[in-house]
Amino acid sequence: MLKAKRLCAALLLGTLAGCATSGGNPADPFEPFNRAMFTFNDTLDDAVMKPVARTYRAVLPGVVRTGVSNFFSNIEDVWVSVNQVLQGKFQRGLEDFSRFLFNSTFGIGGLFDLASDLVGLPKNSEDFGQTLAWWGVGGGAYLVLPILGPSTVRDGLAFLVDTEVDPIWRIDDVSVRNTSVVIRFTGRRAELLDATSVLEQAALDKYGFVREAWLQRRRNLIYDGDPPREKEESDDDSR
Amino acid sequence: MKLFRFLIAALLIPVAQAQELAPDVLVKTITEEVSAILKQDKDIQAGDTKKVADLIETKVVPHFNFLRMTRIAMARNWRSTSPEQQKELASEFKTLLVRTYSTAISNYRDQKIDYKPLRAKPEDTEVTVKSEVKQAGSTQPVSIDYEMEKTPNGWKVYDVKVGGVSLVTTYRDTFASEVKDNGVDGLIKSLAAKNRQGERVKSGKS
Repeated sequence: MLKAKRLCAALLLGTLAGCATSGGNPADPFEPFNRAMFTFNDTLDDAVMKPVARTYRAVLPGVVRTGVSNFFSNIEDVWVSVNQVLQGKFQRGLEDFSRFLFNSTFGIGGLFDLASDLVGLPKNSEDFGQTLAWWGVGGGAYLVLPILGPSTVRDGLAFLVDTEVDPIWRIDDVSVRNTSVVIRFTGRRAELLDATSVLEQAALDKYGFVREAWLQRRRNLIYDGDPPREKEESDDDSR
Repeated sequence: MKLFRFLIAALLIPVAQAQELAPDVLVKTITEEVSAILKQDKDIQAGDTKKVADLIETKVVPHFNFLRMTRIAMARNWRSTSPEQQKELASEFKTLLVRTYSTAISNYRDQKIDYKPLRAKPEDTEVTVKSEVKQAGSTQPVSIDYEMEKTPNGWKVYDVKVGGVSLVTTYRDTFASEVKDNGVDGLIKSLAAKNRQGERVKSGKS
């Protein structure tokens, strides 16, 4: 599995090196490749992911979907906690690990997020890409990955580490593992259904809109929801 | 005459109140008012998008500064835009944002909104009102921040950030490349085309 992933990553980066030119956004030197991949993902999403996610949302009541979301989120909290510590945020690391312990026991295997609801320990979002960013590794070029969607060179490589330690990907029984991965993915896609319908309405150029939105979102996550203000040259020099 | 004066006073009171409302109170009041209507109105629940649009036009739009939003989205191209073009741009951009907002709130189901305490000094003229929305079927709450400015007509929103993503600056790239390729008039045209397309979809649905 790891070998296959490494090969894919190497092939992808190799292809990219070949087509690194074109004007436009300096954060997006691989734009032609990315646009093609974006169209591919979008088509696949319309054909498979979206219909499946819609059915998932239509069939299962909100409580059950929240339970599924909570269950996977709880497992993830261990790695979130590790990344907090790697970023030197010990207090938060401890809190996230407490979330895991509390929700795994009182929250019945993570089905309920009692740590958020009762204890006031909110869910945090951390991954290895954010840790690298915290250590000072720049994002590098914007990159649209097959199926997974928007990323950067840094976050794409870091994602390999995330999947490597992901307990779901480590389940021995192949059919259980694949089913779990699919359910998790479907649940996440279902959560985004409303957001994507807003996106369709909002965007003049969907590709450019998603790129900008994703980069801003990522920046927000890296700075834990409180990014320093970027110089708003253009906002105010026009007065 | 007395009655007339009384009527004028009665009409002015709500306006005066809206002007005096603190920014966080304003956001909360309007959100609660709009979501109460969304929950109760049978036509809206049956998918009457026209009614949603009217609701936004009367309740929400007056509290936004679309000219400033357009200026931020245009960034440095704003200066080379003529006053007529600026007006047209702002009007088309407003239509697009209102449509987008209508789509977003017609998805509204039971969501829990928490407002963070406002961190601002009384003399501040620019503040950020922070809120957090918890959606059914999801573990992680989404932050919604309103960037607001003080004007003689009360507090006005000039940007909304969802999960840290600015509704306004997200358009910068698209606007800039459109202006580069087809000029400001080209941008106005493609905004207008997008808005007409939205209209078609809408009338097709209902």
